[in-house]
Amino acid sequence: MEKKNWPLWEVFLRSRSGLHHVHAGSLHAADSEMALNNARDVYTRRNEGVSIWVIESKNIIANDPSESESFFEPASDKIYRHPTFYEMPNELKHI
Amino acid sequence: MDKFEQAFQNKLDNEEKIEPKDWMPEKYRKTLIRQISQHAHSEIVGMLPEGNWITRAPSMRRKIGLLAKVQDEAGHGLYLYSAAETLGIDRAELFDQLHSGIAKYSSIFNYPTISWSDIGAIGWLVDGAAIMNQVMLTRASYGPYARAMVRICKEESFHQRQGYEMMVSLANGTEEQKEMAQDSLNRWWWPSLMMFGPSNAESTHSAQSMAWKIKRKSNDDLRQQFVDVTVPQAEYLGLKIPDDKLKWNEERGHYDFGEINWDEFWEVVKGNGPCNKERLETRVKAHENGAWVREAAMAYSEKLNTAVNHK
Ligand SMILES: [Fe+2]
Ligand SMILES: [Fe+2]
Repeated sequence: MEKKNWPLWEVFLRSRSGLHHVHAGSLHAADSEMALNNARDVYTRRNEGVSIWVIESKNIIANDPSESESFFEPASDKIYRHPTFYEMPNELKHI
Repeated sequence: MDKFEQAFQNKLDNEEKIEPKDWMPEKYRKTLIRQISQHAHSEIVGMLPEGNWITRAPSMRRKIGLLAKVQDEAGHGLYLYSAAETLGIDRAELFDQLHSGIAKYSSIFNYPTISWSDIGAIGWLVDGAAIMNQVMLTRASYGPYARAMVRICKEESFHQRQGYEMMVSLANGTEEQKEMAQDSLNRWWWPSLMMFGPSNAESTHSAQSMAWKIKRKSNDDLRQQFVDVTVPQAEYLGLKIPDDKLKWNEERGHYDFGEINWDEFWEVVKGNGPCNKERLETRVKAHENGAWVREAAMAYSEKLNTAVNHK
């Protein structure tokens, strides 16, 4: 009996032009062409997309959530990166 | 409680979703794999009683509607298998569990579809009951499951409507057609109520699933909600729900209804329903007959890859 699963692919959809591709789900397919066709058939049956990206799941590199505190730490105390950090005279407009 | 467990609990308390790589208790993971895969199997096996009628649909309108619905159910199966796989189990293993009978699927699909009006009744009642459960699950604490449910719910509403539209035509048709519709309601009503599972007191997993926010409503509450919305729909059709105890209770603001035959429920769960054997055999056969296609596609892709690498 066959043991191998077809590889797993992640599917990203651009729902209309002007928007980013967003992760829509995943599927198994033997190759990239099949992955694209299957993604079209399952994830855009009702015109949910105008563009599809597929990528084999094993090629996605992700950060480790158990270390996300230290990973994202550099941004957490930099309030001076936000406009509200800076004091503006009250009577000033359009800034 | 260690710090991982505390972080998990905090997320639940704050209504934050648990995502695939987050730490989670082993039992939470197991419960989700069991529930999500059971749900996925139900979508796939659920294609069989309806697919059975596609070639015999009485008009083009009915045929394309039913075909699109059954196609959607295949998609639902896929979304759910994918969600289960994020928990670290692979597709082949999930299929194995179904085919060997370890995993269950919804008992409703072990009842036969003996007339065309059953297809109307299934869309109306079975998809109707499923929707009630699935709307609740869009708020499940596990992110991939909740997101799959959002997609599924968007697609489901047409399923129920195409079923109800069939019931309207039959109920307003000839005397014979009306009888067919009534007969289908008679046979599908009680199994539909059973879809919500055993009553709260008997349900082994319910309390824990509610605490983990996988389920957000009890089986009995969902069942009551289903009865309350469905009774007026039956009245509109001029059909009679097969329950003499069914009665509006002014004080409760809900319909009272009769006792469910739980012996029948457990018999079907155990594998002794009218179609358990046939359904499983059909699935196993489809899987085995497809093996050479899966192998050939993989061999082709490997050949393409070697060709590219040797260039
Ligand atoms: Fe479905
Ligand atoms: Fe459905």
